Amino acid sequence: MKYDIICCGVGGQGVLSVAALIAYGAMKAGLAVRQSEVHGMSQRGGAVMSHLRLSDLEIKSDLIPRGEGDMILSMEPLEGLRYLDFLRPEGVLVTAVEPFINIPNYPDTEKLLDNIRTLPGSLLVETQKLAREAGLNKATNLVLVGAASKYLPLKEEILLESIRELFSRKGEKVVEANSSAFALGRG
Amino acid sequence: MEELVLLGDEAVAQGALDAGLSAAYGYPGTPSTEIIEYLLRVVKTGERPVVSWCANEKTSYEGALGTSFVGRRALVTMKHVGLNVAADPFINSALVDLGGGLVLAVADDPGMHSSQDEQDSRFYADFAKVPCFEPTDHQEAYEMTREAFDLSERFHVPVVIRMVTRLAHSRGIVKTREKRGENPVAKSRNIKQWMLTPANAKVNWEKLLDLQRKMEEYSEKSPYNSLFLEKSFTEYGVITTGLGKNYYLENLSDLSEKPSHLHIGAYPVPTDKIRKFFSHVDKVLIFEEGYPFLEEKLTGILGAGKPVMGKKNGKVARSGELNPDLVRESLGLPKRETKKYPAFQLPGRPPQLCKGCPHGDTFLAMKEALKDYPERLVTSDIGCYALGAMPPYEIPETVVCMGASIGMAKGASEAGFFPVLATLGDSTFLHSGLTPLLDAVSANVNMTLVIMDNSTVAMTGGQETILPSESLEKIVAGVGVSEEHIHVITPLPKNHAQNVEIFRKEIQYPGLSVVIARRECLETLKKKKKGEAE
Repeated sequence: MKYDIICCGVGGQGVLSVAALIAYGAMKAGLAVRQSEVHGMSQRGGAVMSHLRLSDLEIKSDLIPRGEGDMILSMEPLEGLRYLDFLRPEGVLVTAVEPFINIPNYPDTEKLLDNIRTLPGSLLVETQKLAREAGLNKATNLVLVGAASKYLPLKEEILLESIRELFSRKGEKVVEANSSAFALGRG
Repeated sequence: MEELVLLGDEAVAQGALDAGLSAAYGYPGTPSTEIIEYLLRVVKTGERPVVSWCANEKTSYEGALGTSFVGRRALVTMKHVGLNVAADPFINSALVDLGGGLVLAVADDPGMHSSQDEQDSRFYADFAKVPCFEPTDHQEAYEMTREAFDLSERFHVPVVIRMVTRLAHSRGIVKTREKRGENPVAKSRNIKQWMLTPANAKVNWEKLLDLQRKMEEYSEKSPYNSLFLEKSFTEYGVITTGLGKNYYLENLSDLSEKPSHLHIGAYPVPTDKIRKFFSHVDKVLIFEEGYPFLEEKLTGILGAGKPVMGKKNGKVARSGELNPDLVRESLGLPKRETKKYPAFQLPGRPPQLCKGCPHGDTFLAMKEALKDYPERLVTSDIGCYALGAMPPYEIPETVVCMGASIGMAKGASEAGFFPVLATLGDSTFLHSGLTPLLDAVSANVNMTLVIMDNSTVAMTGGQETILPSESLEKIVAGVGVSEEHIHVITPLPKNHAQNVEIFRKEIQYPGLSVVIARRECLETLKKKKKGEAE
């Protein structure tokens, strides 16, 4: 078994922490994990992506080959389209529906979302609305991980335990809000 | 002993810690920064090893050399272009009789993710005639670093660990081994070996040349140089170095025949192993992460006598980093099928200055002050502020190397250009701006230096600068810039008009002036506030 994920978004949106949460869960599940990150200049409001590979065998390459990706997990819709050639034909695109507009030529949002809707195996997630429902506006990325979790080769309980372990430092309230954001995303 | 999840950089740091490290020095630079950051995090303040950022890579290296002189182990870290700065002590340190192990961890950036070039540090190791390790995964990064210290003490030369971005910034698992203790303080008894006056240096150079054979013997036996010969298939064989191996193995199961494979992870190049491999195959395909370093050694001027296919003959892409797809193509394998998707015009999303960044306000004030000069020159430097070259600012016109902005501005001004301004950050100024400023003061050049002081090393993630901001005006005055032409301004929208006026006045002043634009980086400010809240 192997599962390859491209996590992407805009520098500052939390791409690395989303990848880190899934990687943490996968390691708890006893899988081999490689998480390739981008640091430095591109983190300043530019397009950012991270290769996350999970496998029950040894992982050779830190980079995912084109056509091998199982999922693109994107913090915002435009960035979700940037790496589609990494996906295998049946691969899925899970993206937050809310655009992050920091460039003057950002495309028309409706056209952009329509384009994603016509893509087989795509899932648009209303992360802001669901995070609000969970009682923590900031928990959008947890909603997104929840939505992605339906496809991941990881048990729901393992991811919930991971959330608990990673956020326990911030108190029980934060753990619960994040867990409920995850659950709402998972639907 | 213990299983840790680490970045490749952190695996090097942990390896050094477990090798009995006494000191670690470096200057931040992507993708090497996390080595020192990790050590700063795990080593308690006041405890050993000593871990600190230094003014630049040269001073870092010289500090480590001092550690070695008194018998203890030192790690120096930098990015590839940092080694240009530290090249002087590095090359010459191969000629002294090192005491404690000295390991240089240098991180290259093939593909230029966050750099101005993709130079390959293996050439530096070769130039200095010292061993070099090239890890392909986290465990190797850990093991090779430990071994590098032993090897450095065995041959009394520095040993290089060459990292690359994709390993430096990838997370994986490391199994640690028992920690070795520190060396005792013991000053080198062989002082002649450290006095590189010509008479001594000649002797030392001969010694270093003699040592090459022993280093090669070591390489021949090293398990990091692994040779696999496939008896039944000789049509071609594959040589890999660095991450080329990982991308080759990623594709291996799709090949109909398994070729012979030689991987080189420890240098100097093991010539016997290469000969053995060469005599077994009819053709050689070579994948190197970086320059065609080994390929050029194999083919030389007259060729290797057999076809060698790699970066030099266009079989493998000459620039950029390797990846599994490029290697796949060179192996003659068909492209994998990818998802079909409807066409959509995707605008690029380049990095940009953060919203409200102090540099933005400085650039806007400069822009207005420069309005009356359609022909102007603003040199710049390495740091976030280089992003000000893009709209709406469009101020910096050069980025070459750390500190170059000041020297270039001086040269352009002396060549007869007006007006000339130089812009660089506080950390870059402290790294390499002082010496060119001395030149500018000495000639009282007609230029305006703008030190964009955000009180941190911002681009690499907000490391502390080597001196606090308040020292900048004292330094500038201390080297002789006239006090009436030193200004400290606060780049904020509300101060725009008065800042424009200061720039205007100083551009017109026919001599050297310095404007320090001081406001803390928003990112570090945010981090500080978060730290206080928790």
